[in-house]
Amino acid sequence: MSSIDAGPADGVPVRGARVLKAGGIEIAVFRTGDGRLFALRDRCPHREGPLSQGLVHGNCVTCPLHEWVIDLTTGEAVGPDEGRTDRFDVWEEGGRLRLRLPDE
Amino acid sequence: MTGRKRRLVLVGNGMAGMRAIEELLALAPDKYDITVFGAEPRGNYNRILLSPVLAAEKTPDDIMLNRPEWYAEHGIELRAGSEVVRLERGRRRVVAADGRDASYDRLILATGSNPIVLPLPGSDLPGVLSYRDLDDVDRMIAASGRGGGRAVVIGGGLLGLEAAYGLQKRGMHVTVVHLTESLMERQLDAAAAALLKRNLEQRGLEFRMPAQTSSIEGRGRVETVRFADGSALPADLVVMAVGIRPNVALAEASGLPCDRGVLVDDTMQTFDPAIYAVGECVQHRGSCYGLVAPLFEQAKVLANHLAELGIARYRGSQVSTKLKVTGIDLFSAGEFGGGDGTEELTFQDPARGVYKKLVVDKGRIRGAVLYGDTIDGAWYFQMMRDGTDITSLRESVLFGQAHIGDSGRGGADAVTALPDHAEVCGCNGVSKGAIVRAISAKNLFTLDDVRAHTKASSSCGSCTGLVEQLLANTLGGDYSEAPAKKPMCPCTIHTHEEVRQTITAYSLKTIPAVMAFLEWKTPDGCHKCRPALNFYLLCAWPGEYRDDKHSRFINERAHGNIQRDGTYSVVPRIWGGVTSPSELRAIADVAEKYRVPTVKITGGQRLDLLGVRKEDLPRMWADLAAAGFVSGHAYGKALRTVKTCVGKEWCRFGTQDSTGLGIRLERMSWGSWHPHKVKLAVSGCPRNCAEATIKDFGVVCVDSGYELHVGGNGGIKVRTTDFLCKVGTEEEVLEYCGAFLQLYREEARYLERTAPWIERVGLEHVRERVVDDAGGRRALYARFVESQKHSQVDPWAERARGGDAEEFTPLPAAAPVEAEGMS
Ligand code: SRM
Ligand SMILES: Cc1cc2nc3c(=O)[nH]c(=O)nc-3n(C[C@H](O)[C@H](O)[C@H](O)COP(=O)(O)OP(=O)(O)OC[C@H]3O[C@@H](n4cnc5c(N)ncnc54)[C@H](O)[C@@H]3O)c2cc1C
Ligand code: SF4
Ligand code: FES
Repeated sequence: MSSIDAGPADGVPVRGARVLKAGGIEIAVFRTGDGRLFALRDRCPHREGPLSQGLVHGNCVTCPLHEWVIDLTTGEAVGPDEGRTDRFDVWEEGGRLRLRLPDE
Repeated sequence: MTGRKRRLVLVGNGMAGMRAIEELLALAPDKYDITVFGAEPRGNYNRILLSPVLAAEKTPDDIMLNRPEWYAEHGIELRAGSEVVRLERGRRRVVAADGRDASYDRLILATGSNPIVLPLPGSDLPGVLSYRDLDDVDRMIAASGRGGGRAVVIGGGLLGLEAAYGLQKRGMHVTVVHLTESLMERQLDAAAAALLKRNLEQRGLEFRMPAQTSSIEGRGRVETVRFADGSALPADLVVMAVGIRPNVALAEASGLPCDRGVLVDDTMQTFDPAIYAVGECVQHRGSCYGLVAPLFEQAKVLANHLAELGIARYRGSQVSTKLKVTGIDLFSAGEFGGGDGTEELTFQDPARGVYKKLVVDKGRIRGAVLYGDTIDGAWYFQMMRDGTDITSLRESVLFGQAHIGDSGRGGADAVTALPDHAEVCGCNGVSKGAIVRAISAKNLFTLDDVRAHTKASSSCGSCTGLVEQLLANTLGGDYSEAPAKKPMCPCTIHTHEEVRQTITAYSLKTIPAVMAFLEWKTPDGCHKCRPALNFYLLCAWPGEYRDDKHSRFINERAHGNIQRDGTYSVVPRIWGGVTSPSELRAIADVAEKYRVPTVKITGGQRLDLLGVRKEDLPRMWADLAAAGFVSGHAYGKALRTVKTCVGKEWCRFGTQDSTGLGIRLERMSWGSWHPHKVKLAVSGCPRNCAEATIKDFGVVCVDSGYELHVGGNGGIKVRTTDFLCKVGTEEEVLEYCGAFLQLYREEARYLERTAPWIERVGLEHVRERVVDDAGGRRALYARFVESQKHSQVDPWAERARGGDAEEFTPLPAAAPVEAEGMS
């Protein structure tokens, strides 16, 4: 396991998201209303919509393409829809954003 | 005849007879003095709903149709608890058991049926009941009230199963005894019957079948049911539900020709021209009916003749059946048994407990049995009655209407595709068209309203789902089931209207303030309420409210339309659809510079640059701004396009400067945010080349001025505009347009376009506010102009200058920090 630096921690706005390219994939980093950080692969389990462009509410994000709701804590679609996308550990350290990527 | 009204006597205060009286009152309220004899000691009630009363899902009060007061109010003499025992046709007189009599000019026999009592030893013991009226239900409830107890229901048909289910819900241990292998064999085939049996067994009913009862035994009261094979079951209560027989005693004794039922012709007249008969006691063209739908048709015809309109004919009915056991969906119609030359289409999904069968003969549906999923019952029944050729639907017909000929609406509503004449409420013969007309003409909002006004869904209630769908469709998704109050979304209990009123009444100016004040159930809302609140606040506090971009959908946050691959489209505003070589050149340059894969002329008279990378948007917008373009808001719940035609300047028919007026309108209203998107158009003459009559606000120029049209929609459900009014000058067009748009902004619910909004509030309301009330119009217009001061800021230029930069830039390319532990 290795972790990466993804810039200043305040780069991700509250109830917003930013995209990050790492390890050949696009990762969406979210911040919820209460300030917590989450990271998911930026692909909706439905039809690969960019979750980073969605609307963040509670601990969920609504996909911009067809309104599936994805739980940020698990990467799983909220029922009745089914599917999940990869989730990654993300945290703040010394004012920086850190992300752990699985090894290839 | 003068001086005296004619006397009409009804024998049988039941569903068919009283329906005939109600129909008659609607046609000719003053024609007769009416006397009604009823053997039952009460007003008229909905017999169909006895089972829900037995099952404690309804009270006797709930199922009353006409209380004694109703009769009095309508000048009808009700003799309840008075059974007619003699009919003297020669003297035109009936005599009741209590000795009272009545003379008639016209008589209606509506004596219904008697339940069949099997002639078994012991069938007269106390505790052996039939199932026909409220007294029977009272007796069953009393029997079950004695604590637990065992009930045996003889007969596994519709009534027997409903009785069994009700008794079980009342706490009894119930066994159903049935003569054959298959339940409800008159309505179901073996496969559906087996599913039904399994389901009822899971609910705790027991079955003994095939089994023949040989006697009922007990000392002073029922104790045992014995079978032909010698075995027996203990019983505290026995309900016999083995069939009905038309009640023809009175008619027969008076010498009226009867067969199984009282014989009538197509006008419901018996062989005695002064006597009509209606309902279950009747035999018409060889058939007797035991369901209300055909009886109500008969009642309509009868009323027509009593009113001496003399045009209606009853020609027999096809019937369909549903079982009213909560949680069991079952539908049957026509000749479901199949037979020579017919083919059967079946669909089974045992996991979901769904079974469907259609019997088809020469491409036409002859019968249907549906179990577990009956949503398409009405559709099949309609096609069956219409004799629709289903050959082309064969492959998919069993998947249901939602899968046929529907472009993208998913399974949302089967009822949309029904033709207007399709019958939705089988009991009362109410068509889809009649319901929809009543909903819009009478402003109906709830199921109860529809029941009251159309009678649809008021009898057996099994079409309730369809009626609710019609409400939902007709009211534009704003129908809510019980009270006419529907919360904005699951985060709150408040309606759109309540939220908006609270925002202004309490000067709430941020989304968190609204949520806190109205006790939102979620910490920060959801994708439904946040964009709505954002708009409501923006509309309430122009210039003051600070837009919350994280409460906007991505398109409005990124100021472009997101595409399926995550790229965006760019549509610059092209005022009134008029452009120039230099503008076109600028667009071409931009398209080349950013390698735009597709350039398309849109349906809104402008150019769409599709497939732009998000990171490129601000620079591209800067280039466009340099050439004089602003955002076209093709992505927003905002003013989209103002479509124009060439008009007077060039066109040989043009009456006014439609192009110029369109541009003025667009200059006035561009940048404005709305509940949904808004499109305008100006056509230079009634040929209407700008399609102004399917726009939210359309202008059709004529020689003498400008016709204003509102509420059109060319999208999912096409709606042509309503004509609002005619004005004389361009200035007035601008004022009316601004006022109309502001009214829409202030009153419509978020995501409601002008078309459903106008259908909901009514054109009259819009007229009153925008046309009739000149002061009000000017005030609306002034508020629109004021809000425009703050919103006519080009969002593209702002971002090209660096606003919102984080939205358009990814996080920096990531650098590995360290290798952690053992991997
Ligand atoms: C580009 C265009 C098609 C074209 O190539 O011509 C288009 C493209 C889209 N339309 Fe449209 N509509 C376009 C003209 C129309 C028209 C014709 C018109 O405006 O004269 C209609 C019917 C008229 C009307 O609105 O009443 C139309 C009715 C719709 C609807 C159905 C709206 C409705 O109320 O029923 C939607 C869905 C929605 O808005 O929810 C829609 C939605 C869309 C969206 C935004 C779908 C989406 O959410 O991604 C498409 C975006 C494409 C893009 O990324 O640019 N589009 N759309 C047209 C853009 C016009 C413009 O210059 O801005
Ligand atoms: C439990 C139950 C459930 C049912 N469920 C359904 C259903 O889901 N769908 C459906 O379509 N149908 C259903 N039916 C059938 C429906 O109720 C009847 O078809 C309908 O009520 C018949 O109407 P009617 O007016 O002909 O007879 P009734 O409604 O029986 O009315 C006849 C009335 O005449 C009175 N009467 C008879 N003789 C005399 C006399 N000599 N003097 C004075 N009064 C007299 C009787 O007391 C009775 O009140 C059900 C019936 C029952 C019993
Ligand atoms: S442009 Fe309009 S009609 Fe065409 S696919 Fe998109 S939404 Fe459908
Ligand atoms: S791609 Fe996310 S909802 Fe369809």
